[in-house]
Amino acid sequence: MKDIHAFLCSPAESTLRHGPHDRIVMSSRVRLARNLRDYAFPGWAKKPERVKILETILPAVSSLPEMADSFADGMDNLAALDKQLLVERHLISREHAAKSVGSGLVINRAETFSVMINEEDHLRMQALCPGFQTRAAWQAIDQLDSALEKKLNYAFDNELGYLTACPTNLGTGIRVSAMLHLPGLVLAEQINPIIQSVNKLGLAVRGLYGEGTEALGNVFQVSNQMTLGESETVIVERLEKVLSQIIEHEENARQTLLEKKPKVVFNHIGRAYGILANAHSISSKEAMNLLSLLRLGMDMELFPGAPRPLVDELFLTTQPAHLQKQISDKLTAEERDLIRADMVRARLKDLSRPVTK
Amino acid sequence: MQCCVCKAKPATVHLTQIVGEKMQKLDLCEECAKAKGVNDPASFAMADMMLGLGASQELDPSSGAVEVKCPRCGFSQADFKKSGRLGCPECYRTFAEGLGGLLKTMHKGTRHVGKAPEALRQTRDNVDRLKTLQKKLTKAIETEDFELAAQFRDEIKALGSAAPAKTR
Repeated sequence: MKDIHAFLCSPAESTLRHGPHDRIVMSSRVRLARNLRDYAFPGWAKKPERVKILETILPAVSSLPEMADSFADGMDNLAALDKQLLVERHLISREHAAKSVGSGLVINRAETFSVMINEEDHLRMQALCPGFQTRAAWQAIDQLDSALEKKLNYAFDNELGYLTACPTNLGTGIRVSAMLHLPGLVLAEQINPIIQSVNKLGLAVRGLYGEGTEALGNVFQVSNQMTLGESETVIVERLEKVLSQIIEHEENARQTLLEKKPKVVFNHIGRAYGILANAHSISSKEAMNLLSLLRLGMDMELFPGAPRPLVDELFLTTQPAHLQKQISDKLTAEERDLIRADMVRARLKDLSRPVTK
Repeated sequence: MQCCVCKAKPATVHLTQIVGEKMQKLDLCEECAKAKGVNDPASFAMADMMLGLGASQELDPSSGAVEVKCPRCGFSQADFKKSGRLGCPECYRTFAEGLGGLLKTMHKGTRHVGKAPEALRQTRDNVDRLKTLQKKLTKAIETEDFELAAQFRDEIKALGSAAPAKTR
């Protein structure tokens, strides 16, 4: 049995993944919901049925050529901390982290595919790409799905499409989403009108970890909500259009802030630097919000020569499970805040103050 | 549709009742429904439509009706109200009537467009073509273009023998 922590690449390596527009679009993802025809949905199936479903799906997924050299296991074999680690890497949902016997997980070596078994549906498979690559993510998961449909009996109806546990996912079962870093729109106080107009287009805006989470570190997730009555390509293309517009708005907001309110920008970034480089106790929430400003400072070239991955890595390693995995899982929240601050100070030791004219 | 009691007014209240193993459907006009002791349709329609299943499957508990349950997994309308999720793929057929309205409020359309499993794709295309051809045939007969009608008839015949039974 593989250890998930040893299987995943290190936080430092993960920051080396790049894609188009990755200053603003941190990652793109497409997930598909699928179910087997002859079984009850996971939320209604009893444990023996769920175990049987898992025993049917897990080998089918693992045997795909795309999933050669993968991590594949039951959720009951993962420690709570490991599950949390996977949530922080966006490889599983928070809902899936709460699962145990009868649910499972398959992740490929490159961490581009993650297949959750018996989450809300029998199958929730996602393709994750760095930067703005929604179309590439769709093509990748479409291929994986086409290979898998030859091995499993999907629940499909000519009228309603792929049948899902929740009617909100019916039809294509697709959710296209992108994780966006939007500090400019937040600082310029333009984020709320943007969220409202995106909502009006039938798209959802959520926080860092999806449904019901807050936008820590100025990170927002934009995704489609409607899945029935439109093809996957149409849904992907609409999201692409909206994302391009949000990127443009964010770029404009940053530009305008620098031209019209440079002191406001320098003040925020300077304070963020000051606290991160000198604090002796810091919560993960505060760390993420300040690291977001540091990231903005790097985008604005206020830290000449500083390596961008430095901030991206801290963005991951300061999160609770990542921190505990490095040190020990027997720390109290207060102890973690001290260690987190020590780590951030040490990592930022060679970073000079922001250069402001 | 006419009221099945007075056979005069249009039916606006539709009930599905399961007695023993048998399913009974009733279509009533508002007055007859009230006379039969069914609650004011306006009072239950809205909330239930929003929650999921339509008024058609909701009965006044005092009338002693049995709740509709999915024959395959035993899931009921009450379970859906609690979780917002269905029990199994078959539930979509069991609760089809009530779900129709909900899907309309939730999605762009009520008919799937997009990917289908390869194995079903051909059947799906054939069913679509069959429907179109039948429409064309009716139209051709209406316009008395019998030559064209004969052509459509032959095409439908050919398609019918090639396509396996409908998958639904």
